[in-house]
Amino acid sequence: MSSEELDIKPEELLDFDYDPPQKDWMDPSVAFRKGTYCYSAAPKNLEYLGLPNPRDWQPHDKDWKLPPDWKETILDGMKDRLSKFRSFQLFMDICVRCGACADKCHFFIGSGDPKNMPVLRAELMRSVYRNDFTAAGKILGKLAGGRELTEEVLKEWFYYFYQCTECRRCSVFCPYGIDTAEITMMARELLNLVGCNINWALEPVANCQRTGNHLGIQPHTFKDSLEFFQDEIEDITGIKVNLPINKKGADVLFVVPSGDYFADPGTFTLMGYLMLFHEIGLDYTWSTYASEGGNFGLFNSHELIKRLNAKIYLEAKRLGVKWILGGECGHMWRVVNQYMDTMNGPADFLEEPVSPITGTKFENAKSTKMVHICEFTADLMQHNKLKLDPSRNDSLRVTFHDSCNPSRAMGILEEPRYVLRNVCKHFYEMPENTIREQTYCCAGGAGLGTDENMEMRMRGGLPRGNAVRHVQMKHDVNRLACICAIDRATLIPLVDYWAPGVEVTGVHELVGNALVMKGEKERELSMRGDPLNEMEDDEDV
Amino acid sequence: MNALYALFAVVALMLLAFLGVSTADLNVLFGAIVPYAAVSVFLIGVSYRVLKWATVPVPFRITTVCGQEKSLPWIKSSPLESPHNGVYAALRMALEVLAFRSLFRNTRISLAPDEKSIGGKRIVYSSNFFLWLGALAFHYCFLIILLRHFRFFTEPVVFFVPLLQDLDGFFQVGVPGVYMTGLIFVAAVGYLLLRRFSNPQVRYISLAADYFPLFLLLGIAGSGILMRYFFKVDVVKVKELMMGLIGFHPVVPDGIGSLFYIHLFLVCVLVAYFPFSKLVHMAGIFLSPTRNMANDNRAHRHINPWNYPVDVHTYEDWEEEFKDKLIAAGLPLDKG
Repeated sequence: MSSEELDIKPEELLDFDYDPPQKDWMDPSVAFRKGTYCYSAAPKNLEYLGLPNPRDWQPHDKDWKLPPDWKETILDGMKDRLSKFRSFQLFMDICVRCGACADKCHFFIGSGDPKNMPVLRAELMRSVYRNDFTAAGKILGKLAGGRELTEEVLKEWFYYFYQCTECRRCSVFCPYGIDTAEITMMARELLNLVGCNINWALEPVANCQRTGNHLGIQPHTFKDSLEFFQDEIEDITGIKVNLPINKKGADVLFVVPSGDYFADPGTFTLMGYLMLFHEIGLDYTWSTYASEGGNFGLFNSHELIKRLNAKIYLEAKRLGVKWILGGECGHMWRVVNQYMDTMNGPADFLEEPVSPITGTKFENAKSTKMVHICEFTADLMQHNKLKLDPSRNDSLRVTFHDSCNPSRAMGILEEPRYVLRNVCKHFYEMPENTIREQTYCCAGGAGLGTDENMEMRMRGGLPRGNAVRHVQMKHDVNRLACICAIDRATLIPLVDYWAPGVEVTGVHELVGNALVMKGEKERELSMRGDPLNEMEDDEDV
Repeated sequence: MNALYALFAVVALMLLAFLGVSTADLNVLFGAIVPYAAVSVFLIGVSYRVLKWATVPVPFRITTVCGQEKSLPWIKSSPLESPHNGVYAALRMALEVLAFRSLFRNTRISLAPDEKSIGGKRIVYSSNFFLWLGALAFHYCFLIILLRHFRFFTEPVVFFVPLLQDLDGFFQVGVPGVYMTGLIFVAAVGYLLLRRFSNPQVRYISLAADYFPLFLLLGIAGSGILMRYFFKVDVVKVKELMMGLIGFHPVVPDGIGSLFYIHLFLVCVLVAYFPFSKLVHMAGIFLSPTRNMANDNRAHRHINPWNYPVDVHTYEDWEEEFKDKLIAAGLPLDKG
């Protein structure tokens, strides 16, 4: 289902207000309304990964077929995690319910449902914490804000913790830095203990564990796909770019999210990478084993993050590369920047990254030994190593969507903007409350970007859609650039719904357009195969 | 309803102190035993809480980054929003604790009609400094009032007290001179309370535990103000009592007045309640992993003390599984 097939019109979707309902929030009852939740994970995926309680069930079923000791499992799991994660223990204790976070969540803004206020989302779990883990709660119960963990509460957790995209926007505004993503991650780990997971978040993990990437693409198909893009590039530029796969002894291992070799418009970005590396003569390699940069483990449990992420260092070691370069991806960079080295390092078999073209040392990546493609490309541009013709992007009026994780878990704000300004002449920022550290989620991150969840995605997509619409009206913006593969999939229905006429693009797609390659034929087509500088006409069709 | 429970609790506590002192003559209980008990509970409770937090490991460096990271030398980074070392992380924390940096960012949204927007409405952002201002005024006035009270705890009176008294009573209104902080304190707490009632979202999430400290603080401030400006108590005797408590030779002089005991008892309740409530955020903020760590993850490896080996699909097993396909695609094998 695309957003166009969503049978709720924007006017109807916006027919709500922010006044809380009569019902006390402690009442856990949830109506699993079609379009607002994700389907359960298929048992085969749980079995492959060795996760508990594989079975056929759906969230709208009355009987969730929970194991008999489910409550004990959850409470033990909470106890265990309270002693392992200071974040969890602290965030259960110190919230003062000031409400600063309340209207910072895209799902609250687009739904008005008070349980989507970050503070209340966390209270859903905090109430159980107070009831079972604090003296006041044990004695005073409800008066102290305690709530017993019942099956209804578990279902409510499932509904609302799979209605949080772990974007961390609320955490920016919290005076104590309480990060709802941490609480959601804990909740999802606990739900996983009793087999309450969603397929869109878990199937990619099973696929990735087996084949090396979320989409389950096997090595021969991987190679076919890349060769197809190689042909496409040859059609456009007349140059057959080199395509090193599983090449031992290369300088650099290059890892991208699998979405980029699977579907448009990520594929155009991938073509941009291929052209760039060919042009600068980078000695690098793709990998069929570590063929995924993204990590849907992040949307299930810390253990699954580690299991999937391990492949990147293992492959870098096997191939004997010097360092690792990573493509445009949001949550991949959350994992690379905040988890990889801790979980699977130290990467002492690699060298501190140095650009072989400019000699720049990437000192900020000297331990993890993994560099972001935008850092790499910005450095090339700053050293004038690339010949660029930004006028090839003249028909594009571009704005930039900061993806949640690269901004709030990493702080890569200027590099993509620098690259964009070098490759296109018409660049416009969205309003300041909606970009950089205050950026809004695409509402399909953290494993929620599935079509059965379309209504909730469009609701959560409202603030981003509104901001895009604003620059579309004001500056005739027709391209929404981003550095995230999930965005490249989920922003498309979002803009179709909230800002129709705008297309979604990766930053390196525009680099590919502007890059003047040695010996290329006269460029007539963009990466998308559209005639250059006539694309604008197509937009209005 | 939650607000009523909290209000009743505070009123009951006031009555308890009043009746205890005025009818049951329990001055020693309220003037010595309760204060010692309260301070003990506070010290033990807060230490327990902080130690408990501190002993829980921080497995991952999960800084919430609010600005440009330090990367390439020619890109300007925001070290206070994205600290790249411990010094800047400490400065960021100082800004948070002393100036409530994150709260300062606060905005408010509303949905306004807009014909150009799809669906006919657009989100409007407006600045919302009041929570920041109210919180800041409340906390700083509380601090100054607490410090001013050192005139009762020190002999000779510690140097900063007259200084603060002069500053605080700068406008020299009335006799005795009105302290600005007292008035601002009541206004700020009053605002925080009114906000809980009037903001529908905040009212919806408020627990009794959110109203209780506010009523308690109003009770403390109210009794204090009454004592200072309206129903005078014998300040010399109050000081005698306090110095006795501090020197561990408690003396409970007669005739201080029950208003004082109400004031003291409410303070004791606040102090004892502190470690078991959300008020511990004062200590907790310093340990918050999203705020007290540098964003230097890729430059310095963070250690997880409980890192454990997991089941990984190794390259060898993977190659075995996809061997035929690798051969068919002409991709090299490790095991020839």
